[in-house]
Amino acid sequence: MKEEIIIAGFGGQGVLSMGKILAYCAIMQDMEVTWMPSYGPEMRGGTANVCVIISDKKISSPIVTKYDTAIILNQQSLDKFESAVKPGGLLVYDPNGINNPPTRTDIKICRIDAISVAAKLGNSKVYNMAVMGAFLKVKPLVSFENIDKGLAKCIPARYSDLISLNRAAIEEGMKSVEEL
Amino acid sequence: MAEKILMKGNEAIAISAIRNGVDGYFGYPITPQSEVMETLMKERPWLSTGMVVLQAESETSSINMVYGGASTGKKVMTSSSSPGISLMCEGISYMAGAELPCVIVDCQRGGPGLGTIQPSQSDYNQVVKGGGHGDYKNIVLAPASAQDMYDFVDWGFDLAFKYRTPVVILADGIIGQMMEKVELRPQKPRRTAEQVSQDAPWATLGKTPDRERNIITSLSLEADVQERFNRKLQAKYEEISRNEVKYSTYMTEDAEYILVAFGCSSRICEAVTDILRAEGIKVGLLRPITLFPFPTEQLAELSKKVKSMMSIELNLGQMVEDVRLSCEGRCPVGFYGRQGGNIFTPEEIAEEFKKFNNLK
Amino acid sequence: MNLEDIKKPENIVYRKTPLLTDAIMHYCPGCSHGTVHKIIAEVIDEMGIQDKTIAISPVGCSVFAYNYIDVDWQEAAHGRAPALATATKRLNPDKYVFTYQGDGDLASIGTAEIIHACSRGENIVVIFINNGIYGMTGGQMAPTTLLGMKTATTPYGRDAKLNGFPMVIAPMIAQLDGTAFITRQAVHTAAAARKAKAAIRKAFEYSMKDIGLSFVEIVATCNSGWKMSPVEANKWMVENMFAKYPLGDIKDVLK
Repeated sequence: MKEEIIIAGFGGQGVLSMGKILAYCAIMQDMEVTWMPSYGPEMRGGTANVCVIISDKKISSPIVTKYDTAIILNQQSLDKFESAVKPGGLLVYDPNGINNPPTRTDIKICRIDAISVAAKLGNSKVYNMAVMGAFLKVKPLVSFENIDKGLAKCIPARYSDLISLNRAAIEEGMKSVEEL
Repeated sequence: MAEKILMKGNEAIAISAIRNGVDGYFGYPITPQSEVMETLMKERPWLSTGMVVLQAESETSSINMVYGGASTGKKVMTSSSSPGISLMCEGISYMAGAELPCVIVDCQRGGPGLGTIQPSQSDYNQVVKGGGHGDYKNIVLAPASAQDMYDFVDWGFDLAFKYRTPVVILADGIIGQMMEKVELRPQKPRRTAEQVSQDAPWATLGKTPDRERNIITSLSLEADVQERFNRKLQAKYEEISRNEVKYSTYMTEDAEYILVAFGCSSRICEAVTDILRAEGIKVGLLRPITLFPFPTEQLAELSKKVKSMMSIELNLGQMVEDVRLSCEGRCPVGFYGRQGGNIFTPEEIAEEFKKFNNLK
Repeated sequence: MNLEDIKKPENIVYRKTPLLTDAIMHYCPGCSHGTVHKIIAEVIDEMGIQDKTIAISPVGCSVFAYNYIDVDWQEAAHGRAPALATATKRLNPDKYVFTYQGDGDLASIGTAEIIHACSRGENIVVIFINNGIYGMTGGQMAPTTLLGMKTATTPYGRDAKLNGFPMVIAPMIAQLDGTAFITRQAVHTAAAARKAKAAIRKAFEYSMKDIGLSFVEIVATCNSGWKMSPVEANKWMVENMFAKYPLGDIKDVLK
């Protein structure tokens, strides 16, 4: 099993931290991971993306150009990465801010209105976890037990209320995802 | 169970320094390695192990702080990226000349000049061939994962003190910025004052009545003295070449073609090997883990058996010269590289490999 | 009475400090370095801190200072001594750490290192020999060379338009919060040397009080570089150098 994922959006949408939490959940499931961000000035206010690879074997190249899954949070990222999804792969996107939705027919396309999920939960910061929940609903790579462990690794214990909030966002994201 | 943490290669360097009882870190911010000092400052090891961490005014100053700290027998280190390493070359030459141990991390970015902040391997010549003035070499270790970053700090200090010489960990923007699972080893205490004096009887720690004064210098104006010293250094490098070569191989046993790559490129070339093997082409990979000493003999042996070799680097052809010298014309040696922050994909390298070898 | 009868401990009125080695100094006759080396050695001896002292020599005429004072030495690259001293002191706070630097080393190539060591308030001692010329490389202009002064690279005299103005370091670093004690001294007379020695001792003592950097500038002669006899050089220094670099304490945070 090997899953190559690109997560892309604006800086501030929690792209990098979503990648990190996803990677940590996978580590808790005893899998190998790499998390390779774009870095430098382009991240400041511009687009941010991170490539996360999850595998049950040692990962050779952390650099890939075709992805099993693309998680897309803005139009620029959709324009850049839609064509990079492997045939038969998955594209998850948030329709907010997307004027030209994905058009490919050889991949599975899912939509998650994560802004509404975050608004419902009353905290815009859990936006990215709603997206992650949507992805994990379609591709259940990690168990709930390991999601909890992964969250605990990424969020300091003194913010334990945030762990439950993030967990709630993941569950809501799972419920709200629509397969097109 | 050992602690497994998801962390960047740069963070692994910092945590490893604390856990391995390093005495001091002196650095200057530069992309893509600033997380090393940021992590140290956040961890505040001076409150736990007593490790000194200081942000210097320049790379020139940080390497000379390392010189001062190393002169007192302490385990001291710095980290930087390519333009900063250029500035440090003066200090590194002086440390080689004064026979001082230290660990320097170079998280490479592209050059020349200000170049790019994206990953590169174009410091190979600068770091492996010396960089500063004079007949000297650094021991150079090439990590290919965050775990390597963690492990090479301790290995680097072992070598640095064994041979009294600077050791460079030649990483790059990928290895520094990428997060991977890192297994942390147990905390080692910093050495006591007695252990430091024992390990480094040459250290300048205050002249006591039982010994002559210790002088750390790289200066000798007498021709014969300087030549004798340089020959001694050379003999040390020969000893290092005999004892410390480290490399790994992947599918070389029956290989008809060899890829040679270090650091992040070796990871990518593992994937290339898999792609080509799946097409029935017998390719193997040799990854030099030490760049000096270079696995010359191993490549020479392979060159007698294979149809060709190809060096794959994120530069425009630096290590390939050492590969060619190792092969001494016994087989053709090709090269493929990318620059400017562009990173080759496994598929791209596989195509270039086939082009070079006239394979369909 | 023969000579041996006279050589008794009770008759000794002057003794070379044992911290000065027997190596024959390479300095030119009349040079100030020898005197400064001697008073530093005396201070270390009198304070009983030989086993706690780490010295750092520069590049310049005093590059071989380690041959003359019997303490542990580090020889720094040109200008970098304050960086070496910074790490040495921070890693060994119980040691007395001093740098010995000339005007080219400290006020030209090593300006960044000295300014930042001062600004950080490193608990080190800096001895700064200011003779307004590069002695070792053959008498070229130093940053502290006076206007009108002839050197190998200002053969018609230093011209402000062409060469810039003399660099005045001590008052500049006195403005930095990290400095504790800044003084300017000379060693051209016995009285001056005694005052310089007291200043150096104070600087060493201050370096253990965790109050910041102590800086002793010695306005000095380079009679070879200045192309004068030692006596003329002293006279010229008093008349010209002291006008630009007046002697006396500039800063003392404990006063």
